Amino acid sequence: MTDIKEKIARKVAGFFKPGDVVNLGIGIPTMVGNYIEDGVWLHTENGLVGYGPAPEPGAESEYLTGAGAQFLTAYPGAAAFDSATSFAIVRGGHLTATVLGALEVDEKGNLANWSRPGVIVGMGGAMDLVNGAKDVIIAMEHTARGGKHKILESCSLPLTGVGVVTKIVTELCVIQVTGEGLVLQELSEGVTLDEVLEKTGARLIVSETLR
Amino acid sequence: MNKLVSKSEIMKLFHDNMTLMCGGFANRGNPGKLIDMVVESGAQNLSIISNDAGDPDLTIGRLIRSRQAKKLIASHVGMNPELGQAVLEGRMELELSPQGTLAERIRCGGTGMGGVLIKTGLGTVIEEGKQKIEVNGQSYLLELPLTAEIALVKAHKADALGNLVYKGTQRNFNPLVAMAGKTVIVEAEEIVPIGALDMDEIHTPGVFVSLVWNGEEE
Repeated sequence: MTDIKEKIARKVAGFFKPGDVVNLGIGIPTMVGNYIEDGVWLHTENGLVGYGPAPEPGAESEYLTGAGAQFLTAYPGAAAFDSATSFAIVRGGHLTATVLGALEVDEKGNLANWSRPGVIVGMGGAMDLVNGAKDVIIAMEHTARGGKHKILESCSLPLTGVGVVTKIVTELCVIQVTGEGLVLQELSEGVTLDEVLEKTGARLIVSETLR
Repeated sequence: MNKLVSKSEIMKLFHDNMTLMCGGFANRGNPGKLIDMVVESGAQNLSIISNDAGDPDLTIGRLIRSRQAKKLIASHVGMNPELGQAVLEGRMELELSPQGTLAERIRCGGTGMGGVLIKTGLGTVIEEGKQKIEVNGQSYLLELPLTAEIALVKAHKADALGNLVYKGTQRNFNPLVAMAGKTVIVEAEEIVPIGALDMDEIHTPGVFVSLVWNGEEE
């Protein structure tokens, strides 16, 4: 299980190059931070660009924490700011990408990841992130518990954003969201096209350059 | 003008039916001792504006557990299941605002503006009941300002004029909240002499601040 998550996180991390500014959501997206190249800057919505991994025990600072209240470290050159500035970075198009999890994604790039029936959580910064980041990459396991489809013709849960997702990365494949629909770009090693089709609840366009 | 006050002077300001705005994010950078004071005051029917609902036994969560809060405007409440329970049981009202929108609504309230146009939430439940405005062919939601009778702020350093410096990720909503209260009360980790803060390092100019407290009992 951890293996699957690590595989997805490593794949997504490979998309980023030094100088990119990226915001990582919770779960698999957080793990992406373990595999990014030096020089990729991480943004956290509570007000920091340039954070690094968790500190050594005993070196925690209550002045250096992430959106989940977890302790962080900061690289030289990191900058702290208030919440309005943090979302100026997000909404103003200054984020190269955000990596988020999903409950559902659909053919039109709609995303549902903040609300499920009977649970009151709130969207936090997710709606701002999907509307503001240049790339919205969904990093998730291909199906939900019991094999239930997460990639659908149409989302049924409350939406986080409309037509916002640009890429979906799962343990099985990489899918690009285009104006024509979902384009299957890449299969993971040992995965067949049939397996992906069976586990996907949406129409997939197989790229001519499928790898 | 000396804005330094003692705990008892602040205690007098809390009363029933007031709107309180609070800095802080996920229990970090919250004015925790001021929130404790609100709990101690026993003021009822409070409307709270805060990024989140804290943990059940920390910061904002304490005002929910004590059943003093009747309404919360926030972006994320997932760390506090007791808030969810109170909403499901109809004991509390919750208004969710996306985090960046919440920040701008507070800034709007503090800067005397009538609203702000934001794309966030278009096509989602967030647009319900809101005016849509088109500018240069692009749709936006009109998001309205937020203000409060009392704003509670946590600062790292303050002087007697109310000039404030925040530290690290504890800044978060504090500088915004510090502009949007009719009365702005600061809980400072350290009080420094007037002149000790360089004018270029001050995050919140004292003109926004009403009262400064050093966090100590009498």
